[in-house]
Amino acid sequence: MSHSITLTVNGASREIALDDPRVTLLDLLRERLEMPGTKKGCDRGQCGACTVLLDGRRVNSCLKLAITLDGSSVTTIEGLAEGEVLHPVQAAFIDHDGFQCGYCTPGQIMSAVGLIAEGQAGDDPERIREGMSGNLCRCAAYHGITEAVLDATRRMAPATETAQERKSA
Amino acid sequence: MNRFDYARPASVAEAVAAWEPGAAYLGGGTNLVDLMKVGVLQPARLIDVNRLPDLDAIELTADGGARIGALVRNADLAHDPAFAAAFPMVAEALLAGASGQLRNAATVAGNLMQHTRCPYFQDAHSACNRRQAGAGCAAREGDNQSLAVLGWSDACIATNPSDLAVPLASLDAVVEVEGRNGAREIPFGEFLRLPGETPGKETALEPGELILAVRLPAGAAAFRGNARYLKLRERTSFAFALVSAAAALRMEDGRIAEARLALGSVAARPWRVPEAEALMVGQPPSAELFAQVAAAAMADARPSGDNAHKIELARRTAARALSLAAAGTPARMPALPASPFGEPAHA
Repeated sequence: MSHSITLTVNGASREIALDDPRVTLLDLLRERLEMPGTKKGCDRGQCGACTVLLDGRRVNSCLKLAITLDGSSVTTIEGLAEGEVLHPVQAAFIDHDGFQCGYCTPGQIMSAVGLIAEGQAGDDPERIREGMSGNLCRCAAYHGITEAVLDATRRMAPATETAQERKSA
Repeated sequence: MNRFDYARPASVAEAVAAWEPGAAYLGGGTNLVDLMKVGVLQPARLIDVNRLPDLDAIELTADGGARIGALVRNADLAHDPAFAAAFPMVAEALLAGASGQLRNAATVAGNLMQHTRCPYFQDAHSACNRRQAGAGCAAREGDNQSLAVLGWSDACIATNPSDLAVPLASLDAVVEVEGRNGAREIPFGEFLRLPGETPGKETALEPGELILAVRLPAGAAAFRGNARYLKLRERTSFAFALVSAAAALRMEDGRIAEARLALGSVAARPWRVPEAEALMVGQPPSAELFAQVAAAAMADARPSGDNAHKIELARRTAARALSLAAAGTPARMPALPASPFGEPAHA
């Protein structure tokens, strides 16, 4: 039995026919939509390499069945930069050496974007480390990752304030 | 992963009607989809309940209770300011579990329905009475250091992995469910079952019953000033508990008027001993008292394998959680929730 879903991926609406209900969001992105930026690590929700934003919230795309996501919006690592201008979190990862081999990096960056949007960690390194614990880095670039998230949080702070002001206005 | 039918009902009645033997309700999928990938669970039909209406509200009641919809995400419950202020150890337990990504996906009902992390349950090729009645228990002679020291049977020595369940048990939560025979309420103390001879029957749910909400009873918020969750793990974050404890005290004039204590990861359900809680009533808090209470709470413990260390670990965790509760709920959630490390863990 074939199912059809509508999914907004990085701002573009896509009609997707699914011939198999077992397809995860991760495999849909990588294998069917030709967007391999989202990485497959453990495929069991333990490493965070597959992290994307689903309706604005970070989740493990390996544990989401695509068929359940009709009408949802997904942001992947391919959707962060605006043209040649990197997202502040991407820029901060480069500035602070937040990676070595780079395989976990898309997931780290998407998780950091989600964490900053959640607004719980602020500029406390301990809270950032705790908030990023769902992303493993086998190269152990954790120091740089923490520094990058801290820096990006500060860079993005004015925009966050503006958003809050808009909300309260 | 096996092939399955997919159904997305529009109402609770439709969801319950769509159930048949071999079907499973799908919430956040963080445990179910994972176990389907490794073949441990092979539902013939997935009933996606994520879009059922009116199951995602957090309501605080004027009598100091609360009603939490089944589909409320763990992160949303933990970060709801009014809920976290009224039930701080519930929020702390939620934030001590899993990762930010998983807490965004996982639901409250799914949290209660999650399966044990016993390595032999999770390995489809190992003998496991919980997965397959009569298959045997590979854990008895295997890697059982983290398994049960209370309430276990010869058939099964698994523990329940939920952090959320521990404070819910201590607060006498109630689970609201609906099935083909109508709606009913299940006291939390009866919801998760000890293994006995039938470890495969993990909860008190009848086949096809669906969780609609979890309720905290009137007065549960009275513990808000002195309530903590403490969790010992092999790493400080994103790990299941070796042992955990939810401790809550209602203080009056420097004495304990009412006390709750539940231990996690020591049995197939959170472990409460009313006699141990009663020892605290009318007493001023002290390390000696809490050590005595912890000993009483663990009085029936015995190793199920190479895990005698968990008994002393649980006693110390219980006593320390009570001391932390007596010192008062922190004004702000600790940076490392439920951790014995960092401030204000050292009360």
